[in-house]
Amino acid sequence: MTEFKNFTLQTDSDGIAVLTWDMPDRSMNVFTEEVMDEIEKAFDGLVADAAVKGVVFTSGKEGSFTGGADLNMLRRMNEAYESERKSDEEGAMRALFDRAGRMTWLWRKIETCGKPVVAAINGTCMGGGFELALACHGRVASPKAKLALPEVKVGIFPGAGGTQRVARMTDIQSALQMLLKGSTLSADKAKGMGLVDEVVAGDLVEAAKAMIANGLSPEKPWDRKGFKLPSGPVYSPQGAQVWPAVSSLYRKETYDNYPGARAIIKCVYEGLLVPMDTALRIEQRYFTEVIRTTEAAMMIRSLFVSMQALNKGARRPKDVAPTDLKTIGVIGAGFMGAGVAFVTAQAGLDVVLVDRDEETAARGKAHSEKLVKGLVEKKRLSEDKAEALLGRITATADYEALRKADLIIEAVFEDRDVKAEVSKKVAAVLGEHAIYASNTSTIPISTLAENAPDESRFIGIHFFSPVDKMMLTEVILGEKTGDKALAVALDYVRAIKKTPIVVNDTRGFFANRCVLRYMNESYDMLIEGVPPAMIENAAKAAGMPVGPLALNDEVAVDLSEKIMKATMRDMGEDAVDPRHFELVTSMTASGRLGRKAGKGFYDYPDKPAKKRLWPDLKARYDQKPASEVDFEELKHRFLATMALEAARTMEEGVVVDPREADIGSILGFGYAPYTGGAISYIDGMGTPAFVELCERLAAKYGERFEPTPLLREMAASNDTFYARFGGAKRAA
Amino acid sequence: MTEAYIFDHVRTPRGRGKKDGALHEVPAVRLGARVLEALRDRNGIDTAKVDDVIFGCVDPVGEAGAVIPKASAFEAGYDFAAPGMQISRFCASGLDAVNLAAAKVAQGADDLVIAGGVESMSRVGMGMSGGAWFMDPSVGIPAYFMPQGVSADLIATKYGFSRDDCDAYAVESQKRACRAWQEGRFAKSVVPVKDANGLTILDRDEHMRPGTDMQSLGSLNASFAMPGEMGGYNAVAIQAHPEIEAVDHVHHAGNSSGIVDGAGAVLVGSKAAGDMLGTRPRARIRSFANIGSDPALMLTGPVDVTEKLLKRSGMALGDIDLFELNEAFAAVVLRYRQAFDIDPDVLNVNGGAIAMGHPLGATGAMILGTVLDELERQDKTTALVTLCIGAGMGTATIIERV
Repeated sequence: MTEFKNFTLQTDSDGIAVLTWDMPDRSMNVFTEEVMDEIEKAFDGLVADAAVKGVVFTSGKEGSFTGGADLNMLRRMNEAYESERKSDEEGAMRALFDRAGRMTWLWRKIETCGKPVVAAINGTCMGGGFELALACHGRVASPKAKLALPEVKVGIFPGAGGTQRVARMTDIQSALQMLLKGSTLSADKAKGMGLVDEVVAGDLVEAAKAMIANGLSPEKPWDRKGFKLPSGPVYSPQGAQVWPAVSSLYRKETYDNYPGARAIIKCVYEGLLVPMDTALRIEQRYFTEVIRTTEAAMMIRSLFVSMQALNKGARRPKDVAPTDLKTIGVIGAGFMGAGVAFVTAQAGLDVVLVDRDEETAARGKAHSEKLVKGLVEKKRLSEDKAEALLGRITATADYEALRKADLIIEAVFEDRDVKAEVSKKVAAVLGEHAIYASNTSTIPISTLAENAPDESRFIGIHFFSPVDKMMLTEVILGEKTGDKALAVALDYVRAIKKTPIVVNDTRGFFANRCVLRYMNESYDMLIEGVPPAMIENAAKAAGMPVGPLALNDEVAVDLSEKIMKATMRDMGEDAVDPRHFELVTSMTASGRLGRKAGKGFYDYPDKPAKKRLWPDLKARYDQKPASEVDFEELKHRFLATMALEAARTMEEGVVVDPREADIGSILGFGYAPYTGGAISYIDGMGTPAFVELCERLAAKYGERFEPTPLLREMAASNDTFYARFGGAKRAA
Repeated sequence: MTEAYIFDHVRTPRGRGKKDGALHEVPAVRLGARVLEALRDRNGIDTAKVDDVIFGCVDPVGEAGAVIPKASAFEAGYDFAAPGMQISRFCASGLDAVNLAAAKVAQGADDLVIAGGVESMSRVGMGMSGGAWFMDPSVGIPAYFMPQGVSADLIATKYGFSRDDCDAYAVESQKRACRAWQEGRFAKSVVPVKDANGLTILDRDEHMRPGTDMQSLGSLNASFAMPGEMGGYNAVAIQAHPEIEAVDHVHHAGNSSGIVDGAGAVLVGSKAAGDMLGTRPRARIRSFANIGSDPALMLTGPVDVTEKLLKRSGMALGDIDLFELNEAFAAVVLRYRQAFDIDPDVLNVNGGAIAMGHPLGATGAMILGTVLDELERQDKTTALVTLCIGAGMGTATIIERV
């Protein structure tokens, strides 16, 4: 058939049509305007054709049904709205509303077309694709299928009937949890929830046809009289058990910072009180509202578009041929090195883990054994694969074993001399084309490079702890780092499925510079007499995952002291606020080193008791009454001080791409994801507003909030980082 | 403006609000009718002359729905000329009914109004009327909705009341209520609930536990620790009051108001109505006010509304002889006492809802009557009555003996 560009259509002798989606120019099916036009056209034809008794909707892509909608569609919708509203505000809104509902009503049309339609889900089935499947009258899935409505993760929500159908097909708590988390379901899990009818290992299309042949009703339960919700009516004793806590749990998880998540619970609540068509219209109204929010725009750009681009190696030198990485050397089997070894082996690469003696090296490997055991217990990894993973790690004291490594990563103690010693040994075994990388968090790469065998083949790869959990790596360019080294480093980072940002060499690189600002601000607040709980709660309310005092305890208070001392040594006494130094040294002097010591800014009683802020913190500084503290301003101070530091890194050329600053800030230190990252926070409110905020804070709290010259210049012309630094063009 | 007077008031005893409670067999409308009958019979009211019957009822659904004061008027055999209206301002409904009656009289629209409330919590469960406040996320989120018990625990945490402080208050409430009953201080207001044969169903407050002491309360588990944690309400409390690190759960069944069945009614009227009845007024309703307050603390409205009312009335705290504050939770009373530095001896002299129970819509009318009786007993003049209210509100009324 040549009727469609993206579909093939075949009707068998029993009158069952198979519509197969297979986009010619893409590896994965995605919804575009064109695809939706073709689906509509196909169904119009199938419904009109009396010979057709039912329809099977499937994908021609091996192992995948669809990745969902092309999120650029949303961007185009918003752009059209922005341009149309200049001449006709209401008309533009009406048009946006209609476009936002296109998928909703197309799926509804299929649901009410009068003929049974079955989705044969042969693999990954995301977003709008899952919503389409839910609108079908039956769903059969391959055991390998992965199904999800992940929209909430990028600041929006399933707006093509997802909130309504899930909540009518499964119990209300599971429905809300799945929608709010955007969690991925296995085929079996989806079947357990009633979202899939059959999991079929064999021929999916045949199974789908059989459902139709067996008399599948083309009428949905909710379109029949007497339909009962799985968890009973909203206004019922059962409903009263659930709904009051929906709002509070939403607030607990989000601090009410996420319009997409908020819209989900509103859609489900309001939608379950009315018939399906009305419910879909309500969902369409919320969807139209949410896609216009700054949060949605920023989250889609950073967490979807930029994240994908960086993961695909946006910064990789194009003219270096792809590297075929087989063996990675890791020197230093301490906590960091052991973590690097684990994620590397997990990615299917061979690892040579070297330390000063066999026993120490083996201890490093034991870290992987422990992590693997945990995964096996949670059934996230099979015994076979676990064994294979561990088999890929060779723990040894022999540097000779590093000769076959394509990339050697040094992860020894953070000390210039120790690292120099290692470099010397590496020089003897580094392969002719191999790359040497240092996992340093504080020592500038260019100074370490002096001891490296070949400076052009030397680079920094800064991992974050714990390595198996933290998704970011900073790839650090020394002065003489060559393109090949960068390409290999990025290929490696891609192989271990982490997200790289490429930064130029300076003290603290990118992430740690911003994090130090975060902790410093909390010291200032403590000194001002802000109640400690208010400091922590303000940070979390601003969207940070961990309060600054708790974070300080996690990274260790003595490390803060060490960093302060190093900063004073290298940059002069004035580089550290003496009140900060006094605070930190007085803590360390009394053994309050943080979580590892069982006491720091918090006390850590034995479980199950929870950590509590150290009561004496309040005694150290005259406490302000809570009513005299401007809580919103505390939130602004945290976000602004980190954003300002991120802006400085861009101004200094440490980070050259705003996407990297954004992704680095979210993955590196959890910068309020709803903002889209530290730079998008500035762009989102506009540089003039940000400069005004900084000036206001500078007047009250000092020059650390003073806007930089570049920011002032940008504010004057209402410029954005994405426009100025090219990210907007590249991100498109 | 006409003065609005109180001529009389009655209440039923409060039955334990459970299936084994004595009043569980009695329909809500019968409780309402009982207080209407009593006022009529005690005062010789020609019910054709009753301009309105206003009842507070917080869950006016099922048997309590469809304007229960009018239904109660039928049941009590009132003249068809007596109308009825049901109102709700949650826990203050009974007092707001009185205030509304006073306003109608003062304005000259009505001469004689019966105002009060009825709640059969054993027969119509709390929350049965539903509502957007706690069900609809569009309201629950901005309103910082949480169960009142968590709010009460938040008040205790924020203002520094320990479990012992709250338990000690509860012990005192029980003692005072017990003494009041023993000395017959409620005798002229409590009308027994009887069956058609004249047999008594209940003639005293059933919820009281006179032997309560610190030790017996100490064995009770905090009621709101689990919902606070599992329901996410502690997080809501902290987001609303971020200087708090963790909510200290101090309230339990023994230091919170009891769930009970009951009705109360107040006879409000003009001077002319008194002349018609041939009765002397016992007090005048001097002033009243309403306010909205912090929704997360929810139950500190009495503090705000007292400030507002005193200011509007041109009065000072020292002008008030007795205070009557509904004992929704111990911390509510402790915070009120703390805010105004009130002598415990003049606040809730005869105990309150912790000992005797809180039939939601009726309580406001009941405690107004209780404090009027006490003013008379002590031969004092002025009292302030106030209640905390769901969603963060407060109602207060100042009465003055004449």
